[in-house]
Amino acid sequence: MGILVSRAGLWLVLFLFCFIAMVAAQDSAFAIHMGICALAALIAMWHGVMRPDYARVARGQSALPPADTSLYDDDVIRWATIATVFWGMAGFLVGLIIALQLAFPDLNLEPWFNFGRMRPLHTSAVIFAFGGNALIGTSFYVVQRTCRARLAFPGLARFVFWGYQLFIVLAATGYLLGVTQGKEYAEPEWYVDLWLTVVWVAYLLVFAFTIVRRTEPHIYVANWFYLSFIITVAMLHLINNLAIPVSFLGARSISYFAGVQGAMVQWWYGHNAVGFFLTAGFLGMMYYFVPKQAQRPVYSYRLSIIHFWALIFLYIWAGPHHLHYTALPDWAQTLGMVFSIMLWMPSWGGMINGLMTLNGAWDRLRTDPILRMFVMSLAFYGMSTFEGPMMSVKTVNSLSHYTNWTIGHVHSGALGWNGMVTFGALYYMVPRLWNRPAMYSLRMVNWHFWCATLGIVFYAASMWVAGITQGLMWREYGADGYLVNSFADAVAAIHPMYVLRAFGGLLYLTGACFMTYNIWRTIAVGDQRDEKPLHNIDQNRDKDRPLIGQPVAVPAE
Amino acid sequence: MSADTKQPPKVPFAWHGTLERNVTILAVCAFIAVIIGGLVEIVPLFYIDNTIEKVKGVRPYTPLEQAGRDIYIREGCYLCHSQMIRPFRDETERYGHYSLAAESMYDHPFQWGSERTGPDLARVGGKYSDAWHVQHLTAPRSVVPESIMPNYAFLSNTALKAGEGGSMQGELKALKLAGVPYTDEDIAKADADLKAQATGNGTDLAKRYAKAQARDFDGKPDTITEMDALVAYLQVLGTMVDVESAAAQEHLAQEKGR
Repeated sequence: MGILVSRAGLWLVLFLFCFIAMVAAQDSAFAIHMGICALAALIAMWHGVMRPDYARVARGQSALPPADTSLYDDDVIRWATIATVFWGMAGFLVGLIIALQLAFPDLNLEPWFNFGRMRPLHTSAVIFAFGGNALIGTSFYVVQRTCRARLAFPGLARFVFWGYQLFIVLAATGYLLGVTQGKEYAEPEWYVDLWLTVVWVAYLLVFAFTIVRRTEPHIYVANWFYLSFIITVAMLHLINNLAIPVSFLGARSISYFAGVQGAMVQWWYGHNAVGFFLTAGFLGMMYYFVPKQAQRPVYSYRLSIIHFWALIFLYIWAGPHHLHYTALPDWAQTLGMVFSIMLWMPSWGGMINGLMTLNGAWDRLRTDPILRMFVMSLAFYGMSTFEGPMMSVKTVNSLSHYTNWTIGHVHSGALGWNGMVTFGALYYMVPRLWNRPAMYSLRMVNWHFWCATLGIVFYAASMWVAGITQGLMWREYGADGYLVNSFADAVAAIHPMYVLRAFGGLLYLTGACFMTYNIWRTIAVGDQRDEKPLHNIDQNRDKDRPLIGQPVAVPAE
Repeated sequence: MSADTKQPPKVPFAWHGTLERNVTILAVCAFIAVIIGGLVEIVPLFYIDNTIEKVKGVRPYTPLEQAGRDIYIREGCYLCHSQMIRPFRDETERYGHYSLAAESMYDHPFQWGSERTGPDLARVGGKYSDAWHVQHLTAPRSVVPESIMPNYAFLSNTALKAGEGGSMQGELKALKLAGVPYTDEDIAKADADLKAQATGNGTDLAKRYAKAQARDFDGKPDTITEMDALVAYLQVLGTMVDVESAAAQEHLAQEKGR
């Protein structure tokens, strides 16, 4: 009983704290955000008061009937799965809208829905909301199953999920209201950053202590990746977001770092948001779900050791390749370039380890679209981790930097690698989490696969053409020794590519719509679609007979 | 575990088993692996002298320019416009002298950008008239038909609410805390300076902020709008250092490590 009261009291204090901050706020955005926080605290308090079984408490028992410890603790994973689908759809949709805004600028609706406020909404929705929920969900799924233990601190695990959703809501509404630090992929302001820090520490505690509780002697390779992802993201987030709030009752803060140092810290963070959030964490996903879906063991244990340590050691150095030929000192640029090129090897180590896991199961690519999704994601991982080191070479970068080539590169990684591996993991987990024999429709998975793949092809190809066009037009000199093109000429030249890119995005979103329906149907109804199986050799019993009463076949000559 | 006492066969990477059996050792080793790169690349930037070569002319932003910069950040301008001219012939001919590290030394945070959906703005100051900027921000395609920039007409109709609680003092104090050399006088006069710069009359603004331009920027002399602040910011970009002057050229020629 005591713990119930003190918990409710804690939420009440938080509610009052947020409510006072809302009333005393210096600006409307901060007031709105504190209002949202106050509401969240109120809901948490209400939940804490209403949920316990007071009859049990009166009898001196625990507030809730003890959980069935013969099962894994999958509630949070089920929520995170639904959140992944929801935020994914939101993020893809906003992506399509801003792609169309670039092709047709009249679609900008000032001030809240201008491109400059919508783009962080898109990037945060897909990276932190879609990717983040996928990482939280799969990491809790994988760590329990590979440790053969239930989640440590179940209450804290639930806090991680809901706390993270609050972070997403605060970040997303903030962008539209114009609350931003002005640092790419680290846009949320100081108080949102502080909140995320609390949530992230809780995440680390739940994850690490679940490993401590394991009944398996060894920590499985997927968990090495998840663990390094959680630790490194904490470090990056804390350092890069160091800031001085202008007022403790206002949204604005002053970033502690400036100029050259600020740029270096930002891209040390920015590149490793890719390296750890979108690579190490997702490799953890790959190391569990690919062997499971292929029903084959991981190809090489030794390769996984080498590429794990090489990957996490080398990735951190690669940041300066975002700052080639800028005012960052040359020595740092060169270090960034050299390490980016070296990074190619551990990246491909992961790809090879994943792809070779299919040894002996390659034929199943014809009939298993989920496995095909994993293979395609590894293929895109391989492609973008080759393209990245290439673009980090200073000579190439002099052309590619500032152009849409970078955008194409990011999306071949994000849509291809992160998107596909997440879809595969969702298709793997959903029937197991909701106790269904299989997904509603395997054919729909197939449609999703082809829509997504075609979408990425349109996206990447159009952005390559656009980027190289921009790079060449900006530096084109005529025989008279003058620049040939105005900047606006290059903008006009890539308009068709912007349209094609939006079409690619539409295809990708269409595929995700198939997934949403398929997952909804599997969860809500749980039936199987009446469809032709993906692989079925016709038995044709009628023709399976000897010839009787017919002339014997005679050779032609 | 069986009671097998036989020596196990020598397995490559057997040492790694120690890491795989202890989450603390694994976490500590992983943390050591990820901390080295950052330490080597970031820490020296704060100590090596020639990271930021001192250049004459760089000064903190005036309160109005800083307020304009806040709007620039709020609207996400940095997502399409860079402020970093690279030392290539085509870039220096198109945008002006390549950017110097010192020119962004008071930028908290830096706004170098990563994308040129629109042109670089590092030296846009003084290239266009105030009226052009106002027209262009209000309806970009009315002056550049190919432009895909969103309209920012609302800036002209929104009164400037600079800083927190209607005062720039707090923001200047925070900037000073982060290392920008504002004087106590600058902070005390922050709001008066802002008003003076946006209207063109008064204070000793120009004495404390070299070459500060004070006038009505948005063509609406009776109110101070967000447009005033943003245009004031755009007009100061790249104008603090006289890079073309002989002295600056000579200084640049002596730079090391570039």
